[in-house]
Amino acid sequence: MKSKFKIKGLDCANCASQLERAIQKIEGIESVSISFMTEKMELEYDEARKEEIMQKVKKVIKKEEPDVTIQEV
Amino acid sequence: MKKKGIKIIIALILFLITLIINFNNQWINPIIYIVSYIIVGFEIVRKAIRNIMKGKVFDENFLMTVATIGAFAIGEFPEATCVMLFYQVGELFQSYAVDKSRKSISSLMDIRPDFANVERDGKSQKVDPDDVKIGEIMIVRPGEKVPLDGYIKEGKSSLDTKALTGESLPREVAEGEEVLSGSINLNGVIKIEVTKKYGESTVSKILDLVENASSKKSKSENFITKFAQYYTPIVVIIAVILAIIPPLIIKDWAFSDWLYRALSFLVVSCPCALVISIPLSFFGGIGGASKMGILIKGSNYLEQLANTEIMVFDKTGTLTEGVFEVQKIEAIDISQEELLKIVAYSENYSNHPISLSIKKAYAKEIDEKQIIKIEELSGRGIVARIGEQDVLVGNEKLMKEKQINFTKCDEIGTILYVAIEGKYAGYIVIADKIKENAKKAIHDLKKNNIKQIVMLTGDRKDVGEDVAEKLGLDQVYTELLPDGKVEKVESLLKEKSEKGKLAFVGDGINDAPVLAISDIGIAMGGLGSDAAIEAADVVLMTDEPSKIVNALHLSKRTMRIVKENIVFAIFIKVLVLVLSAFGLSTMWEAVFADVGVSVIAIINALRVLRGKD
Repeated sequence: MKSKFKIKGLDCANCASQLERAIQKIEGIESVSISFMTEKMELEYDEARKEEIMQKVKKVIKKEEPDVTIQEV
Repeated sequence: MKKKGIKIIIALILFLITLIINFNNQWINPIIYIVSYIIVGFEIVRKAIRNIMKGKVFDENFLMTVATIGAFAIGEFPEATCVMLFYQVGELFQSYAVDKSRKSISSLMDIRPDFANVERDGKSQKVDPDDVKIGEIMIVRPGEKVPLDGYIKEGKSSLDTKALTGESLPREVAEGEEVLSGSINLNGVIKIEVTKKYGESTVSKILDLVENASSKKSKSENFITKFAQYYTPIVVIIAVILAIIPPLIIKDWAFSDWLYRALSFLVVSCPCALVISIPLSFFGGIGGASKMGILIKGSNYLEQLANTEIMVFDKTGTLTEGVFEVQKIEAIDISQEELLKIVAYSENYSNHPISLSIKKAYAKEIDEKQIIKIEELSGRGIVARIGEQDVLVGNEKLMKEKQINFTKCDEIGTILYVAIEGKYAGYIVIADKIKENAKKAIHDLKKNNIKQIVMLTGDRKDVGEDVAEKLGLDQVYTELLPDGKVEKVESLLKEKSEKGKLAFVGDGINDAPVLAISDIGIAMGGLGSDAAIEAADVVLMTDEPSKIVNALHLSKRTMRIVKENIVFAIFIKVLVLVLSAFGLSTMWEAVFADVGVSVIAIINALRVLRGKD
């Protein structure tokens, strides 16, 4: 399943790619793409485990970039 | 951002005052430097502490904090403050530039309709475009955007489609004609019957496409993120070694000297200039392209387009209009006008594309009373009696069958021979017309280092070869079935060099398999054609071949800027690293290598947005 998020509060493009790498490591995430320019995150993941995976994604974001907020669109 | 700017200005004033006046007091100077440092750098230090708690060592906030606090520790007060100050200036400038390009792109993509006026229960209601159903009637007043696709039920107007096609001439529309969402109604009030839901309408499709374009990253972008991933740790490790090892080996060397060099390293270790300027350039390139009515589905395609070696064209609808037109009238013993008139009268009741093109060329009212008798002979032509004359209009077979003494014509296209009263009267050549700017486009492509331009067509050999010759193409393959086109493209893919790319240009309707196997699939006339938008990597909203040249120019320009930034930033950084390692450059140069390079790279990247092409 694919979901799109508005991602706000990223400081720089490097932070975006670091965050992208960290999210990629989460189990159940098939692909992730964060665009610093458009402030968009695209996630592809196992739909059956949506709740669990989204929890993990939020945890990773909180750890890596505490100022960043996401909102599903 | 404003708050940050004010902080920077206050800190900068304090810093300059101290630097210029120089209080000559061992207490006042450092204190002012530290105050100005705290004003401008507190945020960074706070983030650095927070991040280090989480084990993020190579974070830029942390690196800047260590570099500046280290500089304070060895008594380099002005340097410490200056590094932080300029780092913040760079950050501010960066967010300004990013913001600006985001805005300028969203403004050119400002085609999203905010509302739709729908007729419900006899009244006009203002609703969200998402809530409009198929079959409902919308009212669009002058100055408003057409919210959903549909056709005009009532009224006429001219529409501004610039945001969709890049075309500045307004389009006249009247009852029964199709209108696309995203165009702006210029004068009359029109009523439109909705044919597509908002999510499926042109405007949402285009917005979707442009917004998602940045998720397909180019090789250059991936290279830079990879580079950044290794660059920072390596520089930091060298910095640590530089601070510790030399003073240990040689006793006379002062630890503080080497620490200073190591701190300069930390300042240069931030890869931000590159990491931001590359996607910024691509973003600008994609945005600039959509302004011209060229939709590029990802940075990777923009990058590949610049490396195109072979360009393959479909013929009908791509290089030619796909519409038959009278190309030549050869009249014997009567006027051309008279000949055309007789043929137009004979073809009056036929709806064949050829007949339609004759009637279009004649363009006058046909007086049907003069048509006495018409008989169609299938596969040969027409036998008619027009006014007082017996007329034969048809191909060679008809002429031979009726034993007309005619001269065979070698023109390319469909030829209609005409005989009046049993006597040969001339012929009319009808052919698909080559698009107006096709020849110039091909010429320009060649000038832009496209090594091979090939045309594939399902059309007859003589027709295809004639078009190819007129346009100056390198190769042409004719009489191909759809799978034959796939085969040809596959074999052409083997001919290109390793880095070169093959682009296929088609109308997107029946070329889907070829578009898919090409490196870059380009579809023309994308406006209103979902199939084309779906299948291609690059969509030209209008069907002018010259748009391909524009796209190529833009991709080359973007890639040139990307390369300039990569080479420039890496060169300056490495140079300053080497110089500081040998103690030949100070922290001032290091700040330039970090912030200065960022700013220059960003300004360079913003040039793409201002592209003329």
